[in-house]
Amino acid sequence: MYAFDIERPATIADAIKALSAEEALALAGGQTLIPTLKQRLAAPSRLVSLSAISEMQGVCRADDGSLCIGAGTTHAEVAGGAGAYPALAALAANIGDPAVRNRGTIGGSLANNDPSACYPAAVLGSGALIITSTREIAAEDFFDGMFATALEEGELITEIRFPVPEMAAYMKFEQPASRFALVGAFVAKYADGVRVAITGASEEGVFRWSGAEDALGADFSAAALDGLSLEGAGMITDLHGSGDYRAHLAAVMTKRAVAAAG
Amino acid sequence: MPKDGGIGASSKRREDVRFLTGTGNYTDDINMHGQAHAVFARSNVAHGRIKSIDTSAAEAMEGVLAVFTGEDFAEVGGNPAGWYIESRDGTAMKEPKRPVLAHGKVRHVGDAYAAVIAGTREQAEAAAEAIEADIEDLPAVVNMDRALDGADGFVHDEIGTNEVFDWGWIEDNRAAVDEAIRTAPHVTTMELVNNRCIPNALEPRASLATYNPGSDEYTLHTTSQNPHLTRLLISAFVLGIPENKLTVVAPDVGGGFGSKIYHYGEEALVLAAAKKLKRPVKWTATRSESFMTDAHGRDHETRIELACEKDGTFIAVRTETKANVGAYLSNFATVTPTFLHGTLMAGNYTVPNVYVNVKAVMTNTAPVDAYRGAGRPEATYSLERVIDKAARELGIDPIAIRRKNFVKPDQFPYTTPVALQYDTGDYDALMDKLEEIAEVSGFEARRAESERNGKLRGLGINSYIEACGIAPSNLVGQLGARVGLYDAATVRVNATGNLSVMVGAHSHGQGHETAFAQVVAEMLGIDAGMIDIVHGDSSKIPFGMGTYGSRSLAVCGSAMVRATEKVINKARKIAAHMMEASEADIEFRDGAFSVAGTDKSVAWGEVALKAYIPHDFPLEDIEPGLEETAFYDPANFTYPAGAYACEVEVDPETGKVTVERFAAADDFGNVINPMIVSGQVHGGLAQGIGQALLEGAVYDEDGQLLSASYMDYTMPRADDLPFYDIDHSCQTPCTHNPLGVKGCGEAGAIGSPPAVVNAVVDALQRAGRDVPHIDMPLTPARVWAAMQD
Amino acid sequence: MPKVSMTVNGKPASGEIEGRTLLVEFLRETLGLTGTHVGCDTSQCGTCVVHVNGRDVKACTMFAAEAEGADVKTIEGMAASDGALHPVQKAFQDHHGLQCGFCTPGMVMTAAALLESNPSPSESEVREYLEGNICRCTGYHNIVKAIMAASGQDVSRVAAE
Repeated sequence: MYAFDIERPATIADAIKALSAEEALALAGGQTLIPTLKQRLAAPSRLVSLSAISEMQGVCRADDGSLCIGAGTTHAEVAGGAGAYPALAALAANIGDPAVRNRGTIGGSLANNDPSACYPAAVLGSGALIITSTREIAAEDFFDGMFATALEEGELITEIRFPVPEMAAYMKFEQPASRFALVGAFVAKYADGVRVAITGASEEGVFRWSGAEDALGADFSAAALDGLSLEGAGMITDLHGSGDYRAHLAAVMTKRAVAAAG
Repeated sequence: MPKDGGIGASSKRREDVRFLTGTGNYTDDINMHGQAHAVFARSNVAHGRIKSIDTSAAEAMEGVLAVFTGEDFAEVGGNPAGWYIESRDGTAMKEPKRPVLAHGKVRHVGDAYAAVIAGTREQAEAAAEAIEADIEDLPAVVNMDRALDGADGFVHDEIGTNEVFDWGWIEDNRAAVDEAIRTAPHVTTMELVNNRCIPNALEPRASLATYNPGSDEYTLHTTSQNPHLTRLLISAFVLGIPENKLTVVAPDVGGGFGSKIYHYGEEALVLAAAKKLKRPVKWTATRSESFMTDAHGRDHETRIELACEKDGTFIAVRTETKANVGAYLSNFATVTPTFLHGTLMAGNYTVPNVYVNVKAVMTNTAPVDAYRGAGRPEATYSLERVIDKAARELGIDPIAIRRKNFVKPDQFPYTTPVALQYDTGDYDALMDKLEEIAEVSGFEARRAESERNGKLRGLGINSYIEACGIAPSNLVGQLGARVGLYDAATVRVNATGNLSVMVGAHSHGQGHETAFAQVVAEMLGIDAGMIDIVHGDSSKIPFGMGTYGSRSLAVCGSAMVRATEKVINKARKIAAHMMEASEADIEFRDGAFSVAGTDKSVAWGEVALKAYIPHDFPLEDIEPGLEETAFYDPANFTYPAGAYACEVEVDPETGKVTVERFAAADDFGNVINPMIVSGQVHGGLAQGIGQALLEGAVYDEDGQLLSASYMDYTMPRADDLPFYDIDHSCQTPCTHNPLGVKGCGEAGAIGSPPAVVNAVVDALQRAGRDVPHIDMPLTPARVWAAMQD
Repeated sequence: MPKVSMTVNGKPASGEIEGRTLLVEFLRETLGLTGTHVGCDTSQCGTCVVHVNGRDVKACTMFAAEAEGADVKTIEGMAASDGALHPVQKAFQDHHGLQCGFCTPGMVMTAAALLESNPSPSESEVREYLEGNICRCTGYHNIVKAIMAASGQDVSRVAAE
């Protein structure tokens, strides 16, 4: 690792101030950033650790019924605290491994926007709202392709608000080595329609499968997806599977998610 | 019932306490006063010509003590291959030099071309990055066919070819085998890939060298399976440090699996640096370095043909194999695909004629060396896959076709057409036991249950035999081995009766400290707690060829038995003297010497004490002291064998394979510690199942390693594997070593891959899919793709 | 250099660190607690697992500075002061749940954390909880068995052997 200073502010305001320094980087759970630093692929002058900011932690229920999760909440805390949204709690309970879940945070995962991460599927599949230090960003506007988001320099995710669906489920087919999603499908049924988000598959990162949403909106059953498929073109091809395989898995996982939700 | 702590007891391992309490002593745990740190600059291209290396910026950086390049080692020797192989036409194998640091060219991603020594690891890392190397990118030699054509140039220009040898075994069989296959009623042919694996011992390699300028003595602490062999290679071939000035210590070592046999350049580098700087120099690999630079395993492409009668009787086997040996010849690179592979191609069967052809091919990839099983898994896989396919083609049950061709108990000793002599075995008994523990008769019911759950269930069966206890020196010497493969032990009885037993085999998970002590305890009739097993330190142990090839107990254990017998003989003399009796009348039982027909007796401890207080010894007959050394060279290989069964479920929608059951019946001859033996089998099975389903080192066409971390190289995890049903009660003791043991370390990795693949193919075939074969690893993507064809 | 203070195995521990000093480096190099190992650089092998404020974490993927004021427990702190092994340690020895010993400290710390939250886990719960701990020697059979045994379950019939 290159040398850097590390700071642990206790408030969001102090964190924003600290992040204004040249080459400063926010450190959330560090489960992706620290391996990256070890490979000398990043050279920050200063890391601003968010782990001591209590106002960014915890799960609560807003007046409108949506579930609010502090960006610094670990996966383990979401798994334990998001009982009001069981599909989200289950998703969090299956990210990485137990030790990773005790450090990794929802905000860190979203800011990184790994194309194979689980949380982006939940956020997009729920139409969640990303609250940052400066604004609110709709899920549709947040994800901007592999490892890219709408976040500006120095802008911090502070909270995520999930509308709670009538029913939902997430099905992940794991990449055998990393255990990230080779393909993950998040399906959520709301009063005003069904949302389907696919992670792991596309070269553009997480996306909504509108064809499946329409079909499920008319008939929320796995059978409603019969005959629907995605194109392999534009899907990731790597040593773990071709684009065609990922496209196929997306359909299979979506069906299984519908079955699990129903 | 075996005695507590004696032969046959599942004694708890004494080494466990230090490992469980965090007080183990691995190389990276050791720190020396004034220690500096080495970091290597490594190639990020697979093949390139080094035009210049500018180290001036690095040398000027904070904390930097020295920078080395290949130029600094141009005059020292290379690390040799341990085995000379002659091609079919009688020409010598090609043997390019393996330098300490790359010189002239870099030949694989990760090949080190410079090293920085600095006060801290961080300083060394920063300086290594500041080295400016001008490396001209050359086409990468990756594909073996193109390598043999020379289409992408040569890995080593000076040998003018990428073919190390073209070996035939046995050349005299060739014409008869060709004829048998031409005229056979049925021939089954397969083309198979035995995938490259990365051993991934959990402890990354590490080396720490010290040098004493006053005495000109060096000490190297290093992660090795064979410290004496490493010392020999450094002394005799690479740096020329006299053996009496070099101590090599392999302290606690976190797994080896073959990858820590090899003497690596980093070991020589830290020694040279320690001398130059006159301070200790340490290097510890990152896992990323391990992936790129540890010796890999397997990597064969084989075409195999099995000729049979219509009733399934085997007539002949012919194979053609290309073996990828990587960019440099590692120490076992030449013997693994030849004598550890071709000689096993008759399997457990009375196949009358066999011919094996192997071409060893150099490529711009990490060197390949022995990896758990080394050659024998490759042989077993080829043979057991083709037998399975033949059975299917002929409509014969896969168990029946194997039983039909087994070497029968009354045929031992049995000489195969590929020149091994199996001393003993009972393969039908193993198959009987397998059918029992695998509950084969219940398979159909389990398959129906899977089907109801939408899953395809399959059963895969195979047998294996391995040649272990490596190896009889006189035989391997005739075949090209450049070393003898005996082992050594010293049994030192201390004055108070306890023992230090110095053994040449190294324990890095095998439990020698417990099992070896059980053997001596049994022989002496004393408590095993009185016996310490000392290993891994060349200054304490007479000699040793190390731990690999399932040889530790069969070879080194035999040396220990011989040394213990010598100790008993001398102790008997002392006891006779103490009791004023004739030596012939002395009986030794349960740790006491007595005079036959009398009530006179002296205890073990009294005799030991007497040996060191020889006030009244007849010195012309008895020397003081009680310590004996023995070297043991085996008369033959040992031949563990077994029968394995794997049951899988395939998810037809995703191609995902889950191992539902795995059963292994093994014949290891006599067993010293059943608990440890079971553990060895479990670990081998996981590695074999891993190879079959999960693991694969993948290089792209530019020679970049795509599976270069645990993010992309699939290690078997707990939830990939079931509990295993195993048995080692079928015992035909080895006929030629004193313990009757055969070795158990590699069996699981040898026998399991074909069982898994046979099971997956069986599942697909039973579901009506015409899939005759899928290459390992059978990842979900591959299985799914095979089902789409 | 900044200083960090924490409690390690019940005793106060402090030392000077750099920003980039990992918790595992602080433990191994500053405190000399070399029982916590480093087996990879991508946060996957689990040989470095320790407990921070009662939670199992990978000490190679956490900066020492972030453990300021924390209560850290390592493998060296698992046995009782009289040397009596922790039930998980004892079960690993009784059931041969270790071979080379390198993954063992992380396995023990992970298993102990599992049993804290789930006192009687099923086989599949144990296997899933070990997702972040790699062992190359044992094939996991005896590790899973040991963890179930440490929880008081009868493991004598889990397989033919």
